[in-house]
Amino acid sequence: MTEKRCDVSLRINAEQVERPVLVRQHLVDFLREELDLTGSHLGCEHGVCGACQVMVDGKVVRGCLTLAVQCDGKHVETIEGLSESGVLADLQAAFLNHNALQCGFCSSGMLLTALNIVQNHPDATRDEIRDHISGNYCRCTGYQAIVSAIESVLVARRTGELAGVAR
Amino acid sequence: MNARMEVPSQTKDAATTERGYIGQSAPRAGAKRLLEGRGAYIDDMRLPRLAHVVYVRSPHAHALIKSMDLSAVKKQPGVIGAFTGSDIAAYCTPWVGVLGHLKGIKSAPQHAVAIDRACWQGEPVAAIVAQTRRQAEDALHFVQVDYEVLPVIVEMADALKGDYVIHPELGDNICFQRELKTDDFDEAFAKADVVVEKTFKFARHTGVTNEPRAVLADYQPADHSLTVYQATQAPHMMQDIMSRHLGIPESNVRIVCKDVGGSFGIKVHVYPDEMATAALSVMLKRPVKFMADRLESFLSDIHAREHIATVRMACTKEGDILGFDLDDLTGIGPYSVYPRTSGIEGNQVVNLTGGPYKHKAYRAKLNVVFTNKNVTCQYRAVGHPIAVALTEGIVDEGARALGMDPAAFRRRNLIADDAYPYTFPSGLKFEKLSHHQCLDKLLQMMDYDGLRAEQKALREKGIYRGIGLAAMIEVTNPSPAFYGVGGARISAQDGATLRLDPSGMLNVSVTEQGQGTEAVFAQIAASMVGVSLDKVRVITGDTAVTPYGGGTWASRGAGIGGEAVLQAGKALKTNILAVAGAVLSVDPATLDVVDNAVVDRLTRVEQMPLAEVGRVAYFRPDTLPMDFQSELTVTRHYTPREFGFTFTNGIQASYVEVDTETGFIKLLKHWCVEDCGTVLNPMLVDEQLRGGVVQGLGGALLEECLYSPEGQMLNGSMADYLVPMAYEMPDIEIGHVSTPTKTSELGAKGAGEAGTAGAPGAVMNAVNDALEGLGERVVEQPMTPERILKALGKI
Repeated sequence: MTEKRCDVSLRINAEQVERPVLVRQHLVDFLREELDLTGSHLGCEHGVCGACQVMVDGKVVRGCLTLAVQCDGKHVETIEGLSESGVLADLQAAFLNHNALQCGFCSSGMLLTALNIVQNHPDATRDEIRDHISGNYCRCTGYQAIVSAIESVLVARRTGELAGVAR
Repeated sequence: MNARMEVPSQTKDAATTERGYIGQSAPRAGAKRLLEGRGAYIDDMRLPRLAHVVYVRSPHAHALIKSMDLSAVKKQPGVIGAFTGSDIAAYCTPWVGVLGHLKGIKSAPQHAVAIDRACWQGEPVAAIVAQTRRQAEDALHFVQVDYEVLPVIVEMADALKGDYVIHPELGDNICFQRELKTDDFDEAFAKADVVVEKTFKFARHTGVTNEPRAVLADYQPADHSLTVYQATQAPHMMQDIMSRHLGIPESNVRIVCKDVGGSFGIKVHVYPDEMATAALSVMLKRPVKFMADRLESFLSDIHAREHIATVRMACTKEGDILGFDLDDLTGIGPYSVYPRTSGIEGNQVVNLTGGPYKHKAYRAKLNVVFTNKNVTCQYRAVGHPIAVALTEGIVDEGARALGMDPAAFRRRNLIADDAYPYTFPSGLKFEKLSHHQCLDKLLQMMDYDGLRAEQKALREKGIYRGIGLAAMIEVTNPSPAFYGVGGARISAQDGATLRLDPSGMLNVSVTEQGQGTEAVFAQIAASMVGVSLDKVRVITGDTAVTPYGGGTWASRGAGIGGEAVLQAGKALKTNILAVAGAVLSVDPATLDVVDNAVVDRLTRVEQMPLAEVGRVAYFRPDTLPMDFQSELTVTRHYTPREFGFTFTNGIQASYVEVDTETGFIKLLKHWCVEDCGTVLNPMLVDEQLRGGVVQGLGGALLEECLYSPEGQMLNGSMADYLVPMAYEMPDIEIGHVSTPTKTSELGAKGAGEAGTAGAPGAVMNAVNDALEGLGERVVEQPMTPERILKALGKI
């Protein structure tokens, strides 16, 4: 049985990638197995736990429910790329300083949801933060430190803007 | 009172002066790379010639394997080999999960891959190894197995009855039984004014680690050695087990545990598929990886907590508890899990029920039975959530029967804070606990009287809110009494090696494998030696480079590994001062180490930086006196022995609102006051406690492994098996009372399981408080909306 492959050309983080991909391969298997981008994790592979989240054209998606071929022509950003670009820097610092992780397995996905909150819901309350991160499973923390970490970044960015600091 | 003030000066004074980082909320340095997606979990590893194994799992709960044809499998693309249970058994001997100190415990021999018969749905019956996991999974469809379905036992009561016996050679379905009765039991219950009784049910649930189980075994035929990269909590235990069951000398087996994506007790056991993976690596002479998928996790990660228990409590009319009476039945699947056994959870329920109270009379009966469901074993807080919910549920019944306020009833009956050392009727010895201080602190934190007033006012408007309390004791820092005395080769001791590097940095290797513990080890090491935290590097979880020890379980890491680090730190500092004294030609007793430098003990004036000590000791020892040899690497060990366990205590409270139309429970707030002795890092311990509470709330409200009458698990996905997510969880307020254990200089007790232990009892009591007078008690966990509405008589 020869498996069907399809040529794709996509931008992954800062690099252009062109290669044939298995049509049945989901995006995170492609990232992990073909490109050794192991920062996106597979917790359930049915779209519940959120550990696999990546960004496709600026939107957070479940990497396990997205086929690699669907990303032809798109820009995929992973935890690795978003760390290196610095876009997550204040969130990562806040997660560290609030102890918003223990085992770290959920963190890649959780940080992407956090980035989405910061970018699109800058006035989110604690309850709203809880609502937004309810698609990301964390078994170690009680979620409270994660909520506090995200809240602290929202507050810092708001006060930064008030003070006229460009971000 | 046993406030921190009373602790001997060796602990107290040092903690606030020389031990600068102990007790500080320092962020975990090692966590940064995890936040950048640069963790090193097993599935992230890449090795040359790596092969991937998947397991054919029995679709039946109980069936004879009449024949198996793997010939078509072997022809599939990429397949390296396909193997039956007998093939694997040639490389891996079977095991029996029993312990000598659990008298009479029995189980049947268990193979890595079933031979002839499968005893639960999900038991491995064959292994397929391929170049990629995808190819191995594709080949699964070509397996031909002819099963003869056998009768199944799903219900515990049927197992106990024993009309059908799962392992005929054992004679019955009873794995373990225990009975105990204090001399004054009959008298206490005869003279009681009030006896309350309830039967409680607890459903099976499981750990749902975000990272499924994972193992990568790499056998080197040239030197007959095996390196196993494993997500495990007990590397040295696994080294011993791999060695004995695969026939490889102990020192030729190396277990390396890198980052682990959650354990909670799930990853401390011997799993058939993981043993088979190691055997396959030996057989195929190449690295082989097994990575469970989520369905496999639900079918084969240990389950826990399936209990039906009746508990009675005898009281005087004045409100004094006289005694407890327990009858517990628990079902563990077809095998007792190796090597810790599946008898421990029920045994803990017997040990701990009634734990916080000062009654003298106790009778307990325990039956641990085999069933044809997945195996159960030790999962976070082992037995505690059951014992606490039983105790606190019946204590609330008693308070109701006597017309007493639940808080006042507890205050009257909790063991007094000045009553220690204290021996509990089940035989447990408590060094020093602080129930009353914790209760007082909790009631003040939650504004108990204010909440009661609010509850009453809202009830008049048809809003049903409830307050639940749950006091608890917790087993931590276990001595060899837990496993070692029973014959298990599981270390109760941990060790730490500290090395001063030439640049003045500190290399710390500790047996313990964990996450937050690495951070507190760094804090302890830095504080004891006198270096800043940024100079410390910690290595854990590798049997080749860390001292021999137990690992991460039973809330032992910080308390036992931490004390080893403390003692090693003290010794290393002494040795550093000896070198400095030799260099400076002064008495080492006149020197100290502060902020990465040797200073004069009295003037605190810097004499030389630690980097200079390192330079001279390693590169210019020719300048030191002829009779002087520097020793800048030291190892120290610690084993708690004075008590069987270092008990901690705490109390939790839950405030809920129940919608009596839908049966939905809203968690409004949760409080937890915990006494874990010396608090090493408040920020880490607080979130550890919160995480534990959330896991306990999951078991109490959401989580249940559902089985059909045929023994088929019905909800083996995360979409169907519900776990707590952020929105439904409340803010959790943490408070501490600190009664350091005097069994160690560090004074730390465990904190990893307390949250999980106490939360289910607290929330169950809160729900029943909310529903008081509206219907029956809710006595079955998880307390689903359906069960709430049934208790209310609405469905």
